[in-house]
Amino acid sequence: MNFSNYVIPAIIAIVFTAGLIKKVDVFAVFLDGVKDGAKTITEIFPALFCLMLAVGVVKSSGAAAMFADLLAPITNLIGFPKEVLPLAVLRPFSGSGSIAVYEGILKDNGADSFASRVASAIIGSSETTFYTLAVYFAATKVKKTRYALPAALCGDFAVFVLGVLFVRMTLG
Amino acid sequence: MMKYVITAMLLVGIAVGFANGGAAEVSASIISSGEDTIALAITLAGIICLWSGVMSVAKEAGIIGLLSKAFAPVLSKLFKGLDVKGKAFGYITLNIISNMLGMGNASTPFGLMAMKELEKEEHSGDTATPNMILFVIMNTASLQLLPATMAALRLKHGSVTPLDVLPAVWLTSIGALTVAILAAKLFQSLKKPTDKVV
Repeated sequence: MNFSNYVIPAIIAIVFTAGLIKKVDVFAVFLDGVKDGAKTITEIFPALFCLMLAVGVVKSSGAAAMFADLLAPITNLIGFPKEVLPLAVLRPFSGSGSIAVYEGILKDNGADSFASRVASAIIGSSETTFYTLAVYFAATKVKKTRYALPAALCGDFAVFVLGVLFVRMTLG
Repeated sequence: MMKYVITAMLLVGIAVGFANGGAAEVSASIISSGEDTIALAITLAGIICLWSGVMSVAKEAGIIGLLSKAFAPVLSKLFKGLDVKGKAFGYITLNIISNMLGMGNASTPFGLMAMKELEKEEHSGDTATPNMILFVIMNTASLQLLPATMAALRLKHGSVTPLDVLPAVWLTSIGALTVAILAAKLFQSLKKPTDKVV
């Protein structure tokens, strides 16, 4: 089932073979690439650190859970399952955290329940917005990200509303 | 923008933690954040160096050029004014392909390379260009065709039909990406790049 088990080794084989055919010094060029990669990681490290600190505080303090409780009356209006709210709140901030919450939902409600399906739709159709935003811009000298965050959050909000809607439409 | 987000997260978290009697947990998470970041950075460094190395070979071998050409008809409509033969366009193409295939985190290294090239080609200085923002937004949404982690976890927890949500996932992804891109276009038209924006 896992397609990527074949994809990655195949890519490596194709790239090195194509390189040799085109008379590229694949060894030297690969080393240059690795050098650039090492530079990139040192550039994004500070942003990563700051984000991990802030996410850690939000998660460990219980603020994420509290925020989910506050939202419950509003989200009940669109029929959003309240079991899934903590996931919706955490998803934009933390990849590993939201996966842990997702597993909790699957375990508590049964993997084929409505709540689990909505949670699956959210996990499958969203990314950790703040992480992506912070890390991608940290690779550049950009300080003013302008409307990037508001637009990305509009997308996240759409995931929650559409996730419920489409799970109901396709699975009843 | 990020300075307010980060400060708000820290202050709200600390306030809630103190009010709930969770000061010990908050303190522990602050102390371990350095260690956690280093662990994450080491994982990331491995992946980034790997793909950065492989892709510099692919670039020299002309593979990236071929892929860019194949995706150019669609992507050039989204990324206006970007040189289809440029490096940025090539890395954007790779990032999108690896996102769609769910290829073991390869999308992040390609994404970072694309951002660096966009910075050079569009002379962004300290202000994000519309193409940069569009590209980041596409990465904050999900383009993955087969969400393997989700399917594996559902299976692990006893789902009979772990892939029954796929149509809903695809429709939600497409819908959310459309909303995010439209929102970006709207915000862009509201505020000109020359305006002072936080």
